[in-house]
Amino acid sequence: MAKHHISTTINGEPVEFLCSTEQTMLDVLRDELHLTGTKEGCATGDCGACSITVDDRLVCSCLMLGVEAEGHAVQTIEGMADGDQLHPLQQKFLEYAALQCGICTPGFLIASRALLERNPDPTEEEARYWLAGNLCRCTGYDKIIRAVLDTAADMRGAS
Amino acid sequence: MYAPSFAAPTTVAEAVQLLANASGVARVLAGGTDLLVQLRSGMLKPDLIVDTKRIPELRTITTEGGGYRIGASVSGAEANEHAGLSKDWPGVVEAVELIGSTQIQGRASFVGNLCNASPAADSVPALVAAGATAVIAGPNGEREVPVEDVPTAPGRTSLAKGEMVVAVKLPPKPARTGDAYLRFIPRTEMDIAVVGAGVCVTLDGSGKCTAAKVSLGAVAPTVLIVPDAAAALVGSKLDDAALAALDAAARAACKPISDKRGTIEYRTKVAGVLARRAAATAFKRAGA
Repeated sequence: MAKHHISTTINGEPVEFLCSTEQTMLDVLRDELHLTGTKEGCATGDCGACSITVDDRLVCSCLMLGVEAEGHAVQTIEGMADGDQLHPLQQKFLEYAALQCGICTPGFLIASRALLERNPDPTEEEARYWLAGNLCRCTGYDKIIRAVLDTAADMRGAS
Repeated sequence: MYAPSFAAPTTVAEAVQLLANASGVARVLAGGTDLLVQLRSGMLKPDLIVDTKRIPELRTITTEGGGYRIGASVSGAEANEHAGLSKDWPGVVEAVELIGSTQIQGRASFVGNLCNASPAADSVPALVAAGATAVIAGPNGEREVPVEDVPTAPGRTSLAKGEMVVAVKLPPKPARTGDAYLRFIPRTEMDIAVVGAGVCVTLDGSGKCTAAKVSLGAVAPTVLIVPDAAAALVGSKLDDAALAALDAAARAACKPISDKRGTIEYRTKVAGVLARRAAATAFKRAGA
């Protein structure tokens, strides 16, 4: 079957791409658009490494077909920093050493931003449940949770 | 090379026509949280994928005669954010919310959970306890069946070629009625039910149960309705004797398998415990 011509918005910019039906949004981001910040972990929706938002809803890009992006607004890790200016979550992850190998980090950052946009003052329990679908085999999670809660506190103080 | 066709119709009639006329295997794509895993693993190679998320009526939760109609493409997150649904049917909402992570909740749907026909589907026992129905569209028009009539065996449904579930409907909640769903998993999040229990009860002014429905998941090839367990609750104020009878009836109904998540004996024991705990929550929510 001929490829599908998809018009979408990625990180605020209009983007067009061609894909076949069975290509996932993760395949499209990485292989067609060369936006390789979004990682493939399990490819079955269990690990969260491929987290993106679609119309501000957090999803696994491995569980979405590229063709489904037509007309929607996609956000990936590449859109998180403003030029050289890191997002407060990115800055705090560095300060807290909330990463080691880094494969899970883009997914954690996207998922954490989605949390703080909905709930600027999460409890530790709320943050841990929200991020339960993001797996990290290096940090033991504690530094990640501290970084997220501290970012939330900073952002509340700044607003 | 394998290259399935794809369609994203904007009306139910168009979707039904596509499914009915498909040569080979056609699959409906709502949230895709099961379908894409099956595609990826090569378990399933459909010739046609029909995305139902461009059909406006399948994207909404509407009130209908005091009850709710939940469109087939409504995600768990959307159901959870619906104030009326969460207030009237908290057991149904807590059940769908247990499925997967935040990311999965952004896409997974009640109808997908039902039509995937897993014995361990979390939302199904809760829907059954609440008396939900499935609205099925097909080449011969619409029909409505109790949700428990949709799954017929693990991975199999009663849907005929060209048919698709377009919504699940919850009845108007009677006065002094409460529902609850509990599942057991060996960790706190991100796992598949070892056992699930859904209970819905209606009480009279004195707190005595006048009607009940008890449903169990993951202890048989399809969701179980346990009339003896419901009968144990009717006429009681959830005293120890009623709880013991409920527990015994739930255990007696179980026909589980032993697998890596639990043995037959373990699942049977847990089914009784969960039925009791879910009943306690349902009574509390009903205003006891």
